[in-house]
Amino acid sequence: MFSSVEAGLIYAVMALGVYLSFRILDFPDLTVDGSFVTGASVAAVLIVNGANPFAASAAALLAGFAAGVLTGLLHTKGKINPLLSGILMMIALYSINLRIMGKSNVPLLQQETVITNITAVWRQAGLDAAFNQLVSFTGFAPRTWAVLVSMAIVALMVKGLLDWLLKTEVGIALRATGDNKPMVASFSANTDWLIVFGLGLSNALVALSGALVAQYGGFSDVGMGIGMIVIGLASVIIGEALFGARSVARATWAVIGGAIVYRLILALALRVEFLETGDVKLITALIVMMALVVPNTLAAQKERQRKKRRVRQLERGETVAGAETNYKSV
Amino acid sequence: MLELKRITKVFNEGTADEKIALRGIDLTLAPGDFVTVIGSNGAGKSTLMNIISGRLSPDTGEVWINGRDVTALKEHARARYIGRVFQDPMAGTAPHMTIEENLALAYNRTKRRTLSLGVTKQKREWFRETLRTLHLGLEDRLAAKVGLLSGGERQALSLLMATFTKPDVLLLDEHTAALDPARAELVTELTKQMVEQHRLTTLMVTHNMEQAIRLGNRLIMMDGGQIIFAAEGKEKEELTVERLLEAFQRIRGSQFASDRAVLSS
Ligand SMILES: Nc1ncnc2c1ncn2[C@@H]1O[C@H](COP(=O)(O)OP(=O)(O)OP(=O)(O)O)[C@@H](O)[C@H]1O
Ligand SMILES: [Mg+2]
Repeated sequence: MFSSVEAGLIYAVMALGVYLSFRILDFPDLTVDGSFVTGASVAAVLIVNGANPFAASAAALLAGFAAGVLTGLLHTKGKINPLLSGILMMIALYSINLRIMGKSNVPLLQQETVITNITAVWRQAGLDAAFNQLVSFTGFAPRTWAVLVSMAIVALMVKGLLDWLLKTEVGIALRATGDNKPMVASFSANTDWLIVFGLGLSNALVALSGALVAQYGGFSDVGMGIGMIVIGLASVIIGEALFGARSVARATWAVIGGAIVYRLILALALRVEFLETGDVKLITALIVMMALVVPNTLAAQKERQRKKRRVRQLERGETVAGAETNYKSV
Repeated sequence: MLELKRITKVFNEGTADEKIALRGIDLTLAPGDFVTVIGSNGAGKSTLMNIISGRLSPDTGEVWINGRDVTALKEHARARYIGRVFQDPMAGTAPHMTIEENLALAYNRTKRRTLSLGVTKQKREWFRETLRTLHLGLEDRLAAKVGLLSGGERQALSLLMATFTKPDVLLLDEHTAALDPARAELVTELTKQMVEQHRLTTLMVTHNMEQAIRLGNRLIMMDGGQIIFAAEGKEKEELTVERLLEAFQRIRGSQFASDRAVLSS
């Protein structure tokens, strides 16, 4: 459970990227499946070759940005529809990721990573004791608090950055582009560049998340991005359903919450005897389906009940008007 | 100032659906001119508006604004000079964004967008003041989503967004057509007020002849992609709906006759 929250916070960065493309730009960007691995591969290869893990993560972020920009250019300049632009990039990135890594899997187990660095500093400062004291009444003491706290800080920084960006003049134009594109052009904003920039930023976050996941999990694998877009969507949809999305700041909270809840649901599901790790994608798909269908069904049911109530009210007392009696006899 | 020089536009050229939408439009608007445009369905009015705004590019001809040839400028670049309100109340605003965010977007029409805050305290105050001129109480709903506004309210807001940054050219394409009579009257009144207040050079398409006669200092009638009738000054002031219809009948009638002559020969 504890590690689910850790993982949730790392994947939350990816989910915030998906929120940016899917919700803000209204662009269902499948590049994510590829750019997540690009981030992981770039970071892993650089780390294995002795680079500073923080610099390697920053490089991953830039690589993701470039991938997003290319998808944006395919769509805006190449006039390819959003889904297809993303799919094309995703498939192209699969080969590129293999090239970056030179093989299909790069292990990081003996390497110095962002995670090991932070944990070391954390241990030195003796912060675990302090945190354990804080929750001592529960009798719960994890391996270390370092990952949880540092990744929470990363997720919150990304959230803060997005909240701020989307309030700036450029950010308002970006949001309006996803809301009513033709109108934005009539107020002299270049929607093509806004889409390119937005997708770049979105995939930069996805790649950063990929880099952190690789360092957290101890490897980068060419298949680790399969279905990532669906996990991102699951986080966004679950988050919005549970925590609401009235404003941008609220929605970004919700996305982080959704990413954590998704990991928790997954962990619980995997405890079921019958299910295996290979079923993860199926479970994810089911979670998204439920998150999409259940709120709709509930709303429809409410509406039906409201109508029934109204009919009963009419039958009870308010049928004095002849028109209504006539109507019922029809 | 706006100049249109021999604008032509053909849709689906060389196919069975070929449609000549504009045939050599010449039109010059002096600064402060308020021109109303009438004409039957398919006359080419919207096409003309789209060519001025840069949403469509003409096959031949040039668009000049303030003595500058803007024909090659893309829509978003040209929008620095142009304010626009569409027929559909949904088209001119971003429904999931708040009133103040929509105004902030419009505020940047003439300025470079930066990474500074879109809605500052100062701007908010100014937005409030400007909204007050609409007398719709929108100044108290700055944080309301625009999607929650009625069609009339949205159209009034669109009009404000298009005009409060004083565009060199204001384009209105049947911007009251989707509203009920009372709301349409309100938006028309606001249009008059804003055009006069900022002395905007305006081109306004309407199907309401009475309105076309009442508003503005010039009137043009379009048909079949051409300007077939124009009136200004005293001549326009003396126009009536009957005279306008008569003129239309006369011009179209003779053209009809000559068309027939061509066909039968
Ligand atoms: N994108 C397009 N493709 C093909 N034909 C078009 C296109 N846009 C307009 N047309 C045609 O060009 C002609 C002029 O259309 P336009 O929309 O400019 O007319 P309008 O004067 O605005 O009419 P209305 O009063 O109905 O709005 C019409 O015959 C129309 O069918
Ligand atoms: Mg039209």
